[in-house]
Amino acid sequence: MPSAAAELVFDEATKVYPGREGAAVDHLSLTVPAGEICVLVGPSGGGKTTALKLVNRLIPLTGGDIRIDGTSILDHDLVELRRSIGYVIQQVGLFPHMTIEANIGTVPKLLGRDRKWIRRRVAELLELVGLDPDKDRKRFPAELSGGQRQRVGLARALAANPSLMLMDEPFGAIDPIVRARLQDEFLRLQHELRKTVVFVTHDIDEAIKLGDRIAILREGGRLAQYDTPQRILEQPVDDFVADFVGRDRALKALSLRTLGDLEPTSAAGDGLPRLPAETNLRDALAVLIAEHREALVVVGADGRALGVVKREDLLR
Amino acid sequence: MTGWLLAGGPVIPNFGRPSACLKRNGWFCTDWMGKHWGDTLQPALVQHIELTLVAVGIGFAIAFLLALVGFRWRIFDAPLGGLTDLLYAIPSIALFQLLVPLTGLTVTTVEIALTSYTLFILYRNILSGLRSVPDEVLESARGMGFTRLQTFVRVELPLAAPAILAGVRIATVATISIATVAAFLIQYGLGAPIFDAIETPDLFKTELLASGGLAILLALTADGLLAVVQRAVTPWNRLR
Amino acid sequence: MVASTFVEAFRFMPNHFSLLLEKAGETAELAFTALAIALVIALPLGLWLGHKHRGLLLALGISSVGRSLPSVALIGLGIGILGVGFWNNTVALVVLAIPPVLTNTYFAVEGVDPDAVEAARGMGLTETQILTRVELPLGLPLLLAGLRIAAVFVIATATIAGIFGGGGLGDIMARQVTYGLGGVFAAALWVAGLALLTAAALGVAQRAASRRMTPRT
Repeated sequence: MPSAAAELVFDEATKVYPGREGAAVDHLSLTVPAGEICVLVGPSGGGKTTALKLVNRLIPLTGGDIRIDGTSILDHDLVELRRSIGYVIQQVGLFPHMTIEANIGTVPKLLGRDRKWIRRRVAELLELVGLDPDKDRKRFPAELSGGQRQRVGLARALAANPSLMLMDEPFGAIDPIVRARLQDEFLRLQHELRKTVVFVTHDIDEAIKLGDRIAILREGGRLAQYDTPQRILEQPVDDFVADFVGRDRALKALSLRTLGDLEPTSAAGDGLPRLPAETNLRDALAVLIAEHREALVVVGADGRALGVVKREDLLR
Repeated sequence: MTGWLLAGGPVIPNFGRPSACLKRNGWFCTDWMGKHWGDTLQPALVQHIELTLVAVGIGFAIAFLLALVGFRWRIFDAPLGGLTDLLYAIPSIALFQLLVPLTGLTVTTVEIALTSYTLFILYRNILSGLRSVPDEVLESARGMGFTRLQTFVRVELPLAAPAILAGVRIATVATISIATVAAFLIQYGLGAPIFDAIETPDLFKTELLASGGLAILLALTADGLLAVVQRAVTPWNRLR
Repeated sequence: MVASTFVEAFRFMPNHFSLLLEKAGETAELAFTALAIALVIALPLGLWLGHKHRGLLLALGISSVGRSLPSVALIGLGIGILGVGFWNNTVALVVLAIPPVLTNTYFAVEGVDPDAVEAARGMGLTETQILTRVELPLGLPLLLAGLRIAAVFVIATATIAGIFGGGGLGDIMARQVTYGLGGVFAAALWVAGLALLTAAALGVAQRAASRRMTPRT
């Protein structure tokens, strides 16, 4: 079973819907390196979901090519291609008539894995996505909350250990608090699993938080910019990208770095706010503003002070 | 009446030595019910069950095939639905008689008519069940690499089960009811003692109540049993 | 043989047109009287129970029992109690028509989007206003769909009354000796026509009611 992450290449990929004016995806070319998260983001009508569905051929390509590890998706057997790619959608699409276990075990079963293997894999995955293997295995989707259902959706997509994951606004229908938690857990998982992921969202903050790279698509499915979050925020190529990213892009850029990335000085820190080293600079700045302070103490994982950081250090 | 001419005339029940209850034509003469359970009521009940099982069984097979055609090729849906509509709209007493020149005064005639009535309900329910699968479920099935056949067998069919079983339930109960009209044609099923009772001068009340009651009881039992089956095979549906 | 019955039936129609018309009128009178009485009884009850979201088991139970009643036995029972004629058949048909009308009304109102009802309550509509201005219009398509099923069912069943001297097109169908198989078939076609026409009329009303609610784009 393929387990290593795959490199994904869009090569002039184009989709024109018959009877509709203009392309939905227009000569899209970009490379997602193996093991990275690429977030497709843009306004509605930007063709991001279309671009995603071109990969597992839920929507057929009109022109150009898409290659996974150098092999064109058109050279794969359709069914085998889809079984080898993890697919997660916003509405989750769990099978209502199957238990959680049966849902997660769907693709392994199609691939002919034996029952014992599937049981073990399901338990492993449920644990991985933060559900209780004993309690939740025999439940039906209708018994779960929205957040839990999406965890199962993620586990189901991971079941056959795909080398590529396609995720279409997976957290879009979930309330902000649970969404933030799922995003954090997703990043933790990705740190462990190192899959190649294509992730669609319309939420630029989500894109910045999750993406190793961000592809911003503009109306008509044309690629506006494909870069790391840092460069998107700091050097938007044009007004469209700058607008899309928002006026607060300087602030957003702060959220990409943490206090631990700075070099604290060993000045006296008595009475100053104390923040852990993994706090991002945006949150640290917010604390300084709220408490009317000019500096703060960075605290290491062991609780010892690492030193003092001044307000202007954050903004440098 | 004509119906009885066709059916070969009423069977005048042999009262023997009538009880007081029978003499005043009471509604609930247990002595008659007990005495004629074996020669009248029980055989009629068995025949009735048989009529129903065969009609619903064959009706289901035909309706399922038709629904598959209507599901796979949408253009056939309207004509097939219209056909089952039309069959349903033909009154049962007419349909029974219309079939007589073809299949005679036989159980087959009755079964053909009863089967044709089940199609209306079964076709609609099977089709709407198959179409009720949410888009996102179908999309994730496709995305996971289900073939068309796998999607049908593992997703569409089980998710249609509640609607299909609901259709079987309604069709069964309706057939039990309509099958009583069959006695207009031949002495068969629970309709026979019902017609017999109505045709007896002054109305044979005990026989009417006993046989009519059995028909109602049979329908309610079938309804209840199928409700249990419905719940048992669709555990995911119980949660709401 | 089938073809000849067909020919006979279509010859029967012009030859006995006034008879068919008269009998169709009787069937329609019987069926629509029964439907109207059933509506008067079941509609308010269904609306009220549906509005209160109460009596689910009652509604389901009534529909089960209603479906289980064999029309033949019921008409026989009517004869036993009321004697032969229009009213025994009407009563039997009313009893058969109440369950579908009641259950469909109940589920039509019960199934109305609770958000719309809550919004109406929040805007200060009285319970009666909620029922008449929100739940009834929103549930109307489903209600009419149920009425359509009930109407077709009652018209078809009304013909059984013919066997027992209730008149109507069933009368022709029950007298093959007098009218021939062609006459039986002709009457059957008229009944089917009557049922389908009624269904079509209610179908038009149903579509009009649901079109009002779909946003025009």
